[in-house]
Amino acid sequence: MNPKQIEKCGDELYEALTERKTLKPFTERFDDITIEDAYHISLRMVDRRVQAGAKIIGKKIGVTSKVVQNMLNVHQPDFGYLTDDMAFSQGEEMPISERLIQPKAEGEIAFVLKKDLIGPGITNADVLAATDYVMPCFEIVDSRIEDWKIKIQDTVADNASCGLFVLGDRAVKPSEVDLSTCGMVVEKNGKIISTGAGAAALGSPVNCVTWLANTLGEFGISLKAGEVILSGSLVPLEPVQAGDYMTVSIGGIGSASVRFT
Amino acid sequence: MGNLTKAQIEQLAEHCENAELKAYEITKITDDFPDMTYEDAFDIQWEMRRRKEARGTKIVGMKMGLTSWAKMAQMGVEHPCYGFLADYFSVPDGGEIKIDELIHPKIEAELAFVTKAPLKGPGVHIADVLRATDFVMPAVEVIDSRYKDFKFDLKSVIADNSSSSRFVAGGTMAKAEDLDLKNIGVVMEINGEVVQVGAGAAVLGHPASSVAMLANMLGERGEEIPAGTFIMIGAITAAVQVNKGDSFTVRYQDLGTVSGKFV
Repeated sequence: MNPKQIEKCGDELYEALTERKTLKPFTERFDDITIEDAYHISLRMVDRRVQAGAKIIGKKIGVTSKVVQNMLNVHQPDFGYLTDDMAFSQGEEMPISERLIQPKAEGEIAFVLKKDLIGPGITNADVLAATDYVMPCFEIVDSRIEDWKIKIQDTVADNASCGLFVLGDRAVKPSEVDLSTCGMVVEKNGKIISTGAGAAALGSPVNCVTWLANTLGEFGISLKAGEVILSGSLVPLEPVQAGDYMTVSIGGIGSASVRFT
Repeated sequence: MGNLTKAQIEQLAEHCENAELKAYEITKITDDFPDMTYEDAFDIQWEMRRRKEARGTKIVGMKMGLTSWAKMAQMGVEHPCYGFLADYFSVPDGGEIKIDELIHPKIEAELAFVTKAPLKGPGVHIADVLRATDFVMPAVEVIDSRYKDFKFDLKSVIADNSSSSRFVAGGTMAKAEDLDLKNIGVVMEINGEVVQVGAGAAVLGHPASSVAMLANMLGERGEEIPAGTFIMIGAITAAVQVNKGDSFTVRYQDLGTVSGKFV
């Protein structure tokens, strides 16, 4: 794709985001769209958000489970940018009917960094040493592509289908919890709907952050001290609507809850 | 109330037990005895247990089956069930399981409770269970329905000792109060690949609920769970089919690992 097409696609996505409307999949419109093109589109979309006053506060990793990788026929995760207007507090009402189009909730572990991570060559030891603490998190993903008919390029272009997120109010040192075996229980409207464990995301959420640091390092981008990194879902995605109430609890870490309006 | 005669119960117990001992498939027994009741089904299981004990086999514990909502939906049944564990079901951690002695085994990641006080239903609840629990340990169950293609209804599976066949208990123990049993995570790996993950709440919302349900189901027959009983609570993960040569490791949050190999 040429720079003009990339810019136009990024602008279309930004308008879809702000006007809550969906687009036809880019993979149906551009036969030759590459994953790299898609990342450039996502950067344009994020630039538009920043121009409008948003601040980048971290990154999210997606496509970390085998099920989703098989569905999209890829063998690597993807990533997107988190902005300050996506963040909600524990227990706060989240106005998905005003902000999102076709939301789904995922339970995740969030990493908060105290040191920069500059790939390539980052190992899990570096990630643990650079992590200030981990927190329970709900990410509410959303797609600006109609009916979630996404291929990998579509979701990458669409900021890895990022929507909104909420962090729990407990922070734990990474040395206090086994991030690979820690269990996750997700409840929706008082009913347990799924359980999982850390290993659901690439074997360990730490592996996900390491992947991200090394992948971004190839482009000269670093993960920065103070950033929040959402490490990928440990349970299947759950569609949500206004009126729903959800809680996620993670063994050794804590819980987060969110009310959707 | 039962609809089968004592002779029919004995005959069906022998029929199901032979299939277990000689590792061959049978058709589900409700096909031939559509009028059998749950009480009949449990009578068959208890008769099978009596047959084993009469031959000198020791009963070393109990198990709950079909304790997750996902599993109940998958198997098309509406209620959990229990079974007993015989001495020869036990395989040491890191040990070998002879697959030719089984029909179509699957493995499940579970926890086991060991009691220090008797539990007698009805009316047993989670607090009674936690008070009566000596310690909790990790355990993997090998289930092996004797029914063709693992297809059954609840009455048939009860008569088949709830598909019990082998189990591996891990070597780590912990007090119930030192574990977050609802959120405790498990990761199942076969030949080094993660195949299943889950957390304790997958079992009836909390692992101790499964033990309470066992006490209450046994109470209906006037039986109790004696102190010192080893109880497997049912699967936290989906059951995964295994083949000859497969090795498995289940990693538990705060409870170590359990491994084994099918030879």
